[in-house]
Amino acid sequence: MNPHIVSSAAALFCGTLFGAGLTLSAMVNPEKVLNFLDVLGHWDPSLALVMGGAVAVTLVAFPLVLRRPRPWFGARFHLPQKSTLDARLLIGAAFFGVGWGLAGYCPGPALAALSFGRLEPLVFVLAMAVGSWIAGRVQQQRA
Amino acid sequence: MTDFTPWTALAGGLLIGGGATGLLATTGRIAGISGIFFGLARARGDRLWRLLFLAGMVAGAGVLFHQAPTLQFAPRTEFPLVTLVVAGLLVGFGTRLGNGCTSGHGVCGLGRRSVRSLAATLVFMLTGVVTTVVTRHWLGVAG
Repeated sequence: MNPHIVSSAAALFCGTLFGAGLTLSAMVNPEKVLNFLDVLGHWDPSLALVMGGAVAVTLVAFPLVLRRPRPWFGARFHLPQKSTLDARLLIGAAFFGVGWGLAGYCPGPALAALSFGRLEPLVFVLAMAVGSWIAGRVQQQRA
Repeated sequence: MTDFTPWTALAGGLLIGGGATGLLATTGRIAGISGIFFGLARARGDRLWRLLFLAGMVAGAGVLFHQAPTLQFAPRTEFPLVTLVVAGLLVGFGTRLGNGCTSGHGVCGLGRRSVRSLAATLVFMLTGVVTTVVTRHWLGVAG
């Protein structure tokens, strides 16, 4: 079979698993996220188990996958090349955390929640796209 | 207020980790949602897998949500629009600048044992906690 079709089907299937996981774990509910971040309130530790479950899988499985010379249906692994810390990374992560802590949405759950047909995720995703565009412009000007 | 839901949180986390591992194993791509989403705007001939992964994610989340009444939750009604927009801008700006979000740095980066991702995850967790605590307990903002 055409490897492009197989790899496309694999991307669709893996996305479906990922999305089902977001709903099952209730990370698509921003209140659930904020109640984890709000350590002084009525604390809901659920997010720690979501992250713990996901990272337990990747910690074990990623090294096994990356031991292979290449992916099953692709030419090579596309991995980030940088390995040292820089200000851009840390400043970016800090801004992201502030936005996350304000509304309780990070990119995956916000996009996944578009399927609920509600206004809030849509507004958030549009603002997120604009924020990314601004960051792209800032980086171009400084380069 | 939300209840601690350990089993669905853990199971959802395993699905998220499984989807991320599957994407790496089959296509060689990192399941970082912000990077996949922002990459759609750049024309470099690799839009298809991005679109399919995101489509699967939205569909997987939506189908499970609509089929499982116990996973459904009421939308927020009094969350300020300004806060939502500012949060979206910050999340878009920060994840673009810092090359990743909860999935790219958190789930996948930690699985790769990346020092950059560990640093980014610690930073956005910290600023997330501080932001939620400050807005909820000191400023009294809804959420």
